[in-house]
Amino acid sequence: MTNSWTDIKNTDLVVVMGGNAAEAHPCGFKWVTEAKAHRGAKLIVVDPRYTRTASVSDYYAPIRQGTDIAFLNGVMKYCIDNDRVQWEYTKAFTNAAYLVKDGFGYKDGLFTGYDAEKRDYDRSTWDYVIGDDGFVVTDPTLQHPRCVWNLLKEHLAPYTPEMVERICGTPKEKFLRVAEMISECSTPTKTMTSMYALGWTQHSHGSQNIRAMAMLQLILGNIGVRGGGMNALRGHSNIQGLTDLGLMSHLLTGYLTAPTEKDEDFETYMSTRQFKPLRPGQTSYWQNYRKFMVSFQKAMWGDAARADNDWAFNYLAKLDVPSYDVLRVFELMHAGKVNGYLCQGFNPLLAFPNRAKNTKALSNLKWLVTMDPLETETARFWENHGDFNPVDTASIQTEVIQLPTTCFAEEDGSLTNSGRWLQWHWAGGTPPGEAKHDTYIIAQIFLRMRELYRTEGGAFPDPILNLSWDYADENEPTAEELAREINGRALSDVMDPADPTKVLVPAGKQVVNFSQLRDDGSTMSGCWIYSGCFNEQGNNMARRDNHDPDDTGTYLGWTFAWPLNRRTLYNRASADLEGKPWDPSRKLLEWDGAKWTGYDIPDIAPTAKPGDVGPFIMNQEGTARLFTRGMMRDGPFPAHMEPFESPVANVFNLKMRGNPVSRIFEDDAKQLGLSDEFPYAATSYRLTEHFHFWTKHNRVNAALQPEFFVEISEELAQERGITNGGWVRVWSKRGEVKAKAVVTKRIRPLICDGKPVHVVGIPLHWGFTGSAKKGFGPNSLVPFVGDANIETPESKAFLVNIEPSTPPKDKEGIA
Amino acid sequence: MPRSNDVQPEDTIHRGPPVTVGRYGPGKRLNHWITASCLILLLLSGLSMFHPSLFFLTDLFGGGQNTRMLHPWIGVVLFLSFFIFFAQLWRANLPNRTDAQWVSQIGDVVNGHEERLPEIGKYNAGQKFIFWGMAFFIIVLIVSGIIIWEQYFGEATPIDVRRIAVLTHSVSAVLIILLFILHVYAAIWTRGTLRAMTRGSVTGGWAWRHHRKWLKELAGRGRIDPAE
Amino acid sequence: MDSPRTAVSNPPVQPMESNLTQRDLVRRSATSELPPPDRQLTPVAKLIDVSKCIGCKACQSACIEWNDTFPDIEENVGVYTNPHDLTENMFTLMRFTEWVNPETDNLEWLIRKDGCMHCADPGCLKACPSPGAIVQYSNGIVDFIHENCIGCGYCVKGCPFNIPRISKVDHRAYKCTLCSDRVAMGQGPACAKACPTQAIVFGTKDDMKKHADERIADLKSRGYANAGLYDPPGVGGTHVMYVLHHNDKPHIYADLPDDPKISAVIEVWKGVTKYTGLAAMGLAAAGAILHGLFGKANRVEPEDEVSAEKLVEEAEDLREGA
Repeated sequence: MTNSWTDIKNTDLVVVMGGNAAEAHPCGFKWVTEAKAHRGAKLIVVDPRYTRTASVSDYYAPIRQGTDIAFLNGVMKYCIDNDRVQWEYTKAFTNAAYLVKDGFGYKDGLFTGYDAEKRDYDRSTWDYVIGDDGFVVTDPTLQHPRCVWNLLKEHLAPYTPEMVERICGTPKEKFLRVAEMISECSTPTKTMTSMYALGWTQHSHGSQNIRAMAMLQLILGNIGVRGGGMNALRGHSNIQGLTDLGLMSHLLTGYLTAPTEKDEDFETYMSTRQFKPLRPGQTSYWQNYRKFMVSFQKAMWGDAARADNDWAFNYLAKLDVPSYDVLRVFELMHAGKVNGYLCQGFNPLLAFPNRAKNTKALSNLKWLVTMDPLETETARFWENHGDFNPVDTASIQTEVIQLPTTCFAEEDGSLTNSGRWLQWHWAGGTPPGEAKHDTYIIAQIFLRMRELYRTEGGAFPDPILNLSWDYADENEPTAEELAREINGRALSDVMDPADPTKVLVPAGKQVVNFSQLRDDGSTMSGCWIYSGCFNEQGNNMARRDNHDPDDTGTYLGWTFAWPLNRRTLYNRASADLEGKPWDPSRKLLEWDGAKWTGYDIPDIAPTAKPGDVGPFIMNQEGTARLFTRGMMRDGPFPAHMEPFESPVANVFNLKMRGNPVSRIFEDDAKQLGLSDEFPYAATSYRLTEHFHFWTKHNRVNAALQPEFFVEISEELAQERGITNGGWVRVWSKRGEVKAKAVVTKRIRPLICDGKPVHVVGIPLHWGFTGSAKKGFGPNSLVPFVGDANIETPESKAFLVNIEPSTPPKDKEGIA
Repeated sequence: MPRSNDVQPEDTIHRGPPVTVGRYGPGKRLNHWITASCLILLLLSGLSMFHPSLFFLTDLFGGGQNTRMLHPWIGVVLFLSFFIFFAQLWRANLPNRTDAQWVSQIGDVVNGHEERLPEIGKYNAGQKFIFWGMAFFIIVLIVSGIIIWEQYFGEATPIDVRRIAVLTHSVSAVLIILLFILHVYAAIWTRGTLRAMTRGSVTGGWAWRHHRKWLKELAGRGRIDPAE
Repeated sequence: MDSPRTAVSNPPVQPMESNLTQRDLVRRSATSELPPPDRQLTPVAKLIDVSKCIGCKACQSACIEWNDTFPDIEENVGVYTNPHDLTENMFTLMRFTEWVNPETDNLEWLIRKDGCMHCADPGCLKACPSPGAIVQYSNGIVDFIHENCIGCGYCVKGCPFNIPRISKVDHRAYKCTLCSDRVAMGQGPACAKACPTQAIVFGTKDDMKKHADERIADLKSRGYANAGLYDPPGVGGTHVMYVLHHNDKPHIYADLPDDPKISAVIEVWKGVTKYTGLAAMGLAAAGAILHGLFGKANRVEPEDEVSAEKLVEEAEDLREGA
């Protein structure tokens, strides 16, 4: 989230698209009802299904899954055509005026530089015109034909309401109503918030879905302001923490990126990461990258990371591929190239696409270790459960070790919520049976491995032997110790740059925040963006002061938000070029003539003058990017792309399938279905009664939503002879599931490109363990392909067929 | 003399002296008293749930829960026992022309001027009224009772039906109790009647006075014990 | 301490006496002479704003947890309403209705939290034959006192909303208690506490009506011209009220009665039948006894016996002669 959950109460318009906040985030959704009840805010839902969020909406428009870019581009075009643009904001705070290199263009659904063989673009023309001074050439009048604004207008030209209806199946008048409501938020005193989740990310063009809305929010002037923003609703209580702390294969902590094979040494690595400003006087905060990186290395390896050994840079693994994402790992496992898999708090058998492939992949392992508080299907992938898990147990040789862990309520620690708040929690119970804290288990594995390396040596034991392991009880690091390490401390006295005789942080003391980190090895910090969470003031994550002066929704005394306890990112953009709030009634910050003051921690240097320094300090430009240069693999502007499995062809390029640069493995490409055999557009989603595959273990949740089902329209039910509550078989090119049919008015056929498209809704939550009735997950059907930039699987749009069926059979002897 | 339905297998004149007339065999008597006991238990348990002032009657059954549990089962027993009875006696209770005459002279009945009435078969119109009344209300009560038998049929019918059933059950119960009072009172008021259901026989004089036609038919058919 | 004003605030931390005691009863089933209560508690109410409800079933979950009930894990029968009906283990239930508004042709998914309405004039209490099995407190809560319940199911028939359910295990009636045990200790009901959108709020009935007015004004501003408060006068008003977007037709919300009243059938049963029936039976019995004591019995005369003997002899003779 750019903003916070509590900030949503400040909005005038909530757009829930690519998500289902009321069902998947019911507690956070309270802030939507607050905005509606006390600000008179409106709620728009755009979704293939009439969801429980739609049931409390002011306006609902249907859309075919996977066509959000066309819809959003259509809205952007509507706003531009109708002069519903926050001009002052757009001109000053985005790169609209920047000139783009000649050669860049877009034709037949593809940008310049496409190489079909490599499934990649040559992105060299996707960049600005750089002047002799080293800065981007701009045309503040927006007249130049090669300025971003005019290129954007040209790019959006095809997305007329008629085109939106043709692609998305949204009736023109409904689209126009939505566009009109959204466009009203272009005034400085009206804001809109975007709430989205996996309905946008789980597509082969998921990143571009989000970009399209981000661009729309920028031209409406809704980024950085109260009640605005791009608000990703994270699907686990701590999934924000996962990415923050670098659990993705291509990331280190705090969005420092993992080195690749090309980064032979530290300086080479740094040369592509210390971004210089592209406009005069801009902050370009990543210029501090080296401080954070060196502090990270010091946190990892302590004294073993020294200036003379490149801060132990060679201890870091170097990626030989862009990422070892889950799809790649399971592809390798499937090919027999993975020996062991440590599966911690994860249920890939039901989570990752193409369950049959997952089963085969896990069967190829020598060993599998699962760490989970609950029984998972993954831990039991070898167990035959009739139709529910039809494996031949005798043929599987994988040794499975289940390590029971504690759950969140049995341990101290922090969870990072969608709004980037690190909220400390305390153990509320003692662990049952043999359950151990994850930290204990990992410590035991580490200590034993280190002992083996110490006694037996190895090809490269140094990163293991030298790993900093500075805890009171090496067998079980405590949550507080880890939090302090993440915050960082001075290893030797840190001097004040303004007064080199003054000690800023004495050796051994916690740094106050990342502004005190140094690149000379005098500080360490496990995750720079979290720095400030546990400093000499104590555990700031444990703060529980819910005072909110003037009801702004910032709650600065409640826990700790990264970075620097800032609640709204880019909040300098809430004020105009003179530093006055766009909307005085919704002030966040104000320039008092000398510094920034207000309700939130300024997202800019406190004394940076409003006219000089742009609000998007992490960007080299100081502005936000409507044109994103070569930073995304599939285009600097979002362009309509169909899902890999789509009931209709891409109207811009009939031959183009899915995202033209998404990675797809050979075997998986063969397992893509076509609409003649699989005519129905399926999508997957959560239900409010359950949380993933956890709550089916709880009898209460199981009673509230007991059995796996699929949802279809009355029209499709009639077409296929399916009765409400009857059994159906749903199958794709990759597998089949059997489910109860819920025949509903909430799903209606859409007319796309002249033909009706039937939607089949497939919720997750059921498996073969737990209290609820045995069932299946949608992943049995989902194609093994992901987003071109981040490899998130395309679980939200794929093709299936459906027919009436008999009930699934459990293993003989089991009722 | 035309044959009527009045003569049952066990109806026999015992010469005496004094003359007695067998009216009910042991099976019928036992059945009657089962029915009667059930009716009394149902009356007590039912009334306890009918009016708060009678709730104390539940103590007779071991409390409210037991009363609620037992009442329908007693009803089922009553239903079965009564309808064995019914199968045996319904023919003798078919109305005939004499019954109309009897009803029209109800004043003479009440004032004991039976000599003014026509001769009566095994049952007079009053007895027949009670018989058919009982049969009717028992059917109504068992049907409505099953509908409101919460333990097994609680949700088998729509709520509207259950509401009507509970009212019907109450009203029928009141009426059958009135009928029951009439039956008991008549049996006591007409002295010599009770022994028909205790010893199974009545005196010849009782039969002569109240059911002369029946007595004559028995005599006419020779349903008399052989001489000793 | 009087009843709590809201379910959102934190409950009192100091120990306190229950404020719902026998002294606070204003009605008691099958009890004619109830002493007047010592004091009048402020009437409370739960307000369920259907327009804010997202159907998340947190209320059901909280209800199960607080009351420690064990609803069955049933099958899917093609609806989101689970369990499929109120049961002795499920005191509240989200009922889902897909309704196409004929005026706009738009689908509306109406989600109503069903459960005891805590009527001011409770039909269950009226129907109950067991003294003290159903009580009404002066704050408006209608509660079942299970140790007095005999399991007859009369309350089910008496209820205009078809709410109580009889346990097949212990044969006692169950329904929402409005968390009388929590309210008595200064807390709001579990469902209201758990509701993430404050679609369920709790407080004094007056406050809830005021809150409802604000909500209705908001709904009217959004085009729901018939938005209104459901506080049906037919049962004397209720202590669980709804804000409905279509208050002109409550029946579209999963058959919420348009104008609920205690059924006329039940009124007859518990009124005229009860009194006239008892009178008729009493009079008949008394009449029979009096007549038996003082009236002239119908006796068999000695000459009747003689006549009978004569008849038998004649008949014998006739047969022997034959």
